[in-house]
Amino acid sequence: MDQSQTAARSAARPNTVYFYGTCLIDQFQPAAGLAGLKLLQAEGLDVIYPQGQSCCGQPPLVAGYADEARQVAWAQVRLFSRDLPIVVPSGSCATTMKRHYPDLFRGTEQQAEVEDFSARVYELNQFLVDVLGVRLVDHGAPIQVTWLGSCQAIRSLDLDRCAHVLLRQLDNVTLIELTRDFECCGFGGGLGQHRPEIAATLGAQRIAAVSATRAELAIFDDCGCMLTLENGLAEAVPPTRPRHIAEFLWDRSHD
Amino acid sequence: MISPPTSDFGNAAREGMHDDSQARTQARLALDGLKSRRAVQFSDPHEWAALRALGGLIREHTLRHLPELLETLETNLTANGIQVHWAETVEQGNAIVARLVGEEQVKQMVKAQSAVCTEMGLHHAIESLGVTVTESDVVGGLLQQGREWPSHMVIPALHKTGDQVAPLSGATVTDVEGLCRMARRTLRDKFAAADAGLSGVNFAVAETGTLVLVENEGNARMCASVPRMHIAVMGLEKVTARLEDVPPLLSLLTRSASGQAITAYVSMLSGPRRSDEKDGPDAVHLIILDNGRTRLYADPQWRKTLQCIRCGACQNHCPIYDKVGGHAYPGAYSGLIGTILAPQQLGNDDAGTLAQASRLCHPCTEVCPVLIPLDKLLIRRRIAQVQAAGDDLWLWRLWALIHRFPLLYRLHLVVLRSLGRVLPQMKPPSVNWPAALHPRRMTAQNLHQLARAQRISDA
Repeated sequence: MDQSQTAARSAARPNTVYFYGTCLIDQFQPAAGLAGLKLLQAEGLDVIYPQGQSCCGQPPLVAGYADEARQVAWAQVRLFSRDLPIVVPSGSCATTMKRHYPDLFRGTEQQAEVEDFSARVYELNQFLVDVLGVRLVDHGAPIQVTWLGSCQAIRSLDLDRCAHVLLRQLDNVTLIELTRDFECCGFGGGLGQHRPEIAATLGAQRIAAVSATRAELAIFDDCGCMLTLENGLAEAVPPTRPRHIAEFLWDRSHD
Repeated sequence: MISPPTSDFGNAAREGMHDDSQARTQARLALDGLKSRRAVQFSDPHEWAALRALGGLIREHTLRHLPELLETLETNLTANGIQVHWAETVEQGNAIVARLVGEEQVKQMVKAQSAVCTEMGLHHAIESLGVTVTESDVVGGLLQQGREWPSHMVIPALHKTGDQVAPLSGATVTDVEGLCRMARRTLRDKFAAADAGLSGVNFAVAETGTLVLVENEGNARMCASVPRMHIAVMGLEKVTARLEDVPPLLSLLTRSASGQAITAYVSMLSGPRRSDEKDGPDAVHLIILDNGRTRLYADPQWRKTLQCIRCGACQNHCPIYDKVGGHAYPGAYSGLIGTILAPQQLGNDDAGTLAQASRLCHPCTEVCPVLIPLDKLLIRRRIAQVQAAGDDLWLWRLWALIHRFPLLYRLHLVVLRSLGRVLPQMKPPSVNWPAALHPRRMTAQNLHQLARAQRISDA
């Protein structure tokens, strides 16, 4: 057991958590959201899913529309008022809520409440590893996968380390590393909208790198990245199927 | 006159991206090399975190005490015999240099590579006075001959291959040693004949009145010591309080910039030649340039941009820079720091499209040796851009309205999904939208419904 897991076990372990599904998972990959939720329940936690949640506000924020981002962000913050961790199955959304919300509300009346909210946000993999210290047992057949962490969160939220810890717990899973890990799918940050050719080039390079691993599955933490690369991954030679890490971890450990 | 790159990022980016030439490929390989060498230097994550925190603190300290430090710097430089001049604008800076050139009857000048000089267009300004200016940097000189703009703040000719560089030199040599030998031959004469030498400054120590120059070729030291007059130019943020600040900043700079523990030459200049010294210039002048920096300084968040020590690591790690090349960025600074600096220096209009030249992916923020929160500054820049000229305001107002009210949000999901089913051939809202993000692909039940079906608590 490594240091962070020991620390996690000895640190205070919550009984109840909030789950923030994210809008893309809600609309396009709800099974992944449910899997994340069930991973938390399987560790004995009570999970609360406020039905009023919609979107973290990342799209207007990266486009520069601060007022609109604030309105939607505040609508989310108010739903998560109890002093409980907020677990988020998306690197980019977790980064937005944890890292960018405080700046967005600096100097406003809501600043203190938003800072308290942001302090309680965890990306799902980080929560599983560093707070819960989960130990997954692999029930699946041997498989080769590769891992694409969303670029914002891989280092700043320890996503890369935590995802590696979890994937390596699965004994029948062979993880093939992607090189050039600083690259990204190209869609986010508004680039896909404003600079489509650059985004397309970034995406194509990423797809080529994934295809070159010849892995059966490409594991993602972020639904936005998945949706961006999905068609390209299917058309690549050889093709690779995308899978959200929550769904992958749940299926492998709960068959 | 060497033209600066276009201010239209879009077109320049397109050109840069579709450039499949060997030069672009080589530039990318060079960037890969820089990244790996840097990674090797900072392979100990604890050392990196500690040194970086120290670097950030030192730079923050400088900025917190900037006015006093600049005064102290001027006092101690003057005591050392270095003459200090203040330039609020580029025009003032060039005028000061013109005056010095006139007073000292400078006919020939040697110059070391300096981003601030590029910012000022100083080379052209001096040439228009009838002075011959020789770029003493080997590749800087070759760029000068090719009438080209630098594409990288540390390695200005990153966009050139050896084959392209050789013809510019008028020689047939393509190997590094051959180029160095040629440079030594031609440049030694220039150094000896020059009336004045021009350089930038990497750090200026207020405590001791010292100018620090960091380089690999040795030409900056020659510019600063051989001709009878040395003119140094620096941005006002380059001051640091104490001599003991220099080792950590130097370590961060060289390891981040070129993956070197230290560069071949580090010069610490404390004044003109004294009576008992064998070499050195008779006169040393320092021009301290503002050019929009105090505007940045006035805002507590923009101020962090001034912590930059010009290592270039942010642009080395930027996937956009890697794709489009440095010529797509206007002004003297490319990559992420350029994206934030340029609008301040060139005005919002000129550099307006630059704010979109990022996908907020983070590597820049993670490699910055002095903890500048580049991703946050970029978002702030976009917000400022929208306040100046937001084209999509009504779109985002509608979007915000829908997403603020749970009932509206759920209703709009129903509408979108129905549309997706009824019109299966409907195109995505924009051709730039990824094909997978299409209402047709919305699932029969969304997560809200699945959670309710599973009887997950609501509050």
